[in-house]
Amino acid sequence: MSDTALIRLTNAGYQAPDRWLVEAVSLSVDPGEIVTLIGPNGSGKSTTAKLALGILKPTAGKSYRRKGLKVAYVPQKLAIDWTLPLDVEHFMRLTGQPSINAQTHAIQATGIQHLMHKELRLLSGGEFQRVLIARAIAREPDLLVLDEPVQGVDFSGENELYQLIGSIRDDLQCGILMISHDLHVVMAKTDQVICLNGHVCCSGAPVNVAQTEEFQTLFGLRGHSDLALYQHHHDHHHAPDGSIDHEHHEGCQHD
Amino acid sequence: MIDDFFVRAILAGAGLALIAGPLGCFVIWKRLAYFGDTLSHGALLGIALGLLFELNLELSVFLICTLVATTLMILQRRSSISSDALLGILAHASLAIGLVVLSLMTWIRVDLMGLLFGDILAVSKSDLWMIGATILVTGAVLAIIWRSLFAATVSRELAEAEGIRAQTVEMMFLLLIAAVIAIAIKIVGVLLITSLLIIPAAAARRISITPGQMMIASSVVGVVSVILGLLGSLNLDTPSGPSIVVAAVFCFLLSISPLGDSMRTSLRSRH
Repeated sequence: MSDTALIRLTNAGYQAPDRWLVEAVSLSVDPGEIVTLIGPNGSGKSTTAKLALGILKPTAGKSYRRKGLKVAYVPQKLAIDWTLPLDVEHFMRLTGQPSINAQTHAIQATGIQHLMHKELRLLSGGEFQRVLIARAIAREPDLLVLDEPVQGVDFSGENELYQLIGSIRDDLQCGILMISHDLHVVMAKTDQVICLNGHVCCSGAPVNVAQTEEFQTLFGLRGHSDLALYQHHHDHHHAPDGSIDHEHHEGCQHD
Repeated sequence: MIDDFFVRAILAGAGLALIAGPLGCFVIWKRLAYFGDTLSHGALLGIALGLLFELNLELSVFLICTLVATTLMILQRRSSISSDALLGILAHASLAIGLVVLSLMTWIRVDLMGLLFGDILAVSKSDLWMIGATILVTGAVLAIIWRSLFAATVSRELAEAEGIRAQTVEMMFLLLIAAVIAIAIKIVGVLLITSLLIIPAAAARRISITPGQMMIASSVVGVVSVILGLLGSLNLDTPSGPSIVVAAVFCFLLSISPLGDSMRTSLRSRH
C-alpha cells in the first residue's frame, strides 16, 4: 500500500435494503495503472465502481479518493429524455469546460467529428458510446472510470476503442478503472484484474488470475480460450515463456 | 404609469414569467410537473397558517412549500408507496387541511376565488417590490447553479462522480421553486401556478435545440402569454389568471404546429 493511490477501497461493502450487493472489496488504482473488474451479471461490478467513485457510500469498510482528484466517468446506462434539448457539442461540456486541444483530440480519436451537432437522443448505441468516451477523455482526468465502455460498438470499433483507452493511459498517465465482459481484451490491456462475484474471488495480474480455479469456475473454458486466442494473436506483447509482459506481476491473491 | 393597475399587473406577470421560464424547463426535464402541483396545493395551507399566525403570507407559503418538498424527498426515499400516489396524498392533504383551517377562522373573511385563481389586477406597489426582489435573488442563484443542476439532471451519477454536489443544487432548486410559488399565488392563484412553469417550457422545447435556448424561449413565451392574456381579459372581461394560462396554451399549440418546426430549423441553421 503506497501513498500514490488515486482511489482505494478497503474492505468496502454495500448493503441494499434486501441484501449485500458487494462485500469486503479491497482495491486501489495508481496513476498509469489499468485495473479491470470482471465477473458475472449481478456480481457487483457497477456497485464497486460506484463505491470507488463516491456515488455510493460504503455501508461497511472505507473508500478513499485522493484530494482534488479529477474524475471522468463513462456510466453503463444513460437515458436521454426527449425533453432534454442536448446535442453532442454541449454534452462535451456537461461537467466543465475542457481545453480546446483536449476536446479536438478526443473528438478525432473517437471519430465523432460528424456527430457534433446531432442531438444526443438520436445517436445509435455505438455512436453514443463513442461520445461518452470522447467526453470523458476530453476532461483529461486523473482517473478514468469506464463501465462497459464498448457496449453496442461494432467489432472493429471495439478494438480501436480499447487501443484508444490504452493510449489515453500512456498520454495522460491517468489511472483507469474499467468494467468489462470482454475477457480477450481484459487479458491484453490490463495490469490488474479483479474478479468479482459478490466478493473478490481472485485478483492479480491477468495471466495469473486466469489460471486460478475460481476464475475457471466463473468463466469456464471461455476464459481459457480467450486467453489462448490472445496469446496466439498478440505474441509481440509476450515474454518468450508465454506470460504477459507487464510490470505488475504480483501473483494471485486469494480470499 | 406604475400607478395604473393594468401596468402593475403586466409588470408583475412578466416578472414572474421571466423566472418561471428557466425554472419550468428544469421542472419538465426532471419530470417534476406533478411535484410542482403538489407544492402549489401546499401553498394554500401556507396561506391558511400564515393568516392564523399573522405571518407574512409570502413567507409562510415559502416555508410550507419548503416543508412539503423536504417531506416528499424523505418519504420518497423511505416509503414503499409509489411516488405518484405519495404526491397525490400530500397535494390533497395540504389542500384540504388548508381549506378546513381557512373555514374555521370565521373571524377572517378570505377571498377564496382570489387564492385559487389569483388576482393579478390587485397587485400593489409593495407587491411589485416584493416580486422584483424575489426575481432578482432567484435569478442570481439560478444563474450560479444552473450548469451543475443541468449536469445532475442529465445524469445524477455522472455529475456526482465528476465532483458536482448534486444533492445541494437540487435542494437549492426546490427552494427556488418554493420562492416562485410564493410570489405566484397573487398572480395566477394556487390552481394555476404549475401551468406557468410547465406550459411555456413545453412550448419552448419544440423550438429550441440547446438547453440555454430552451430556457430563454420559455421566458419569452411566458412573457408573451402574460401580455396576451391580460389584454384579452381586459377586452373580453374574463378572469385574468385563467386568461394568461389560455394564452400560454395557445402559444404551446403554435409551437407544435408546423410553425414551430420552421422556427427550430432557423435556429439550427444559425447554430
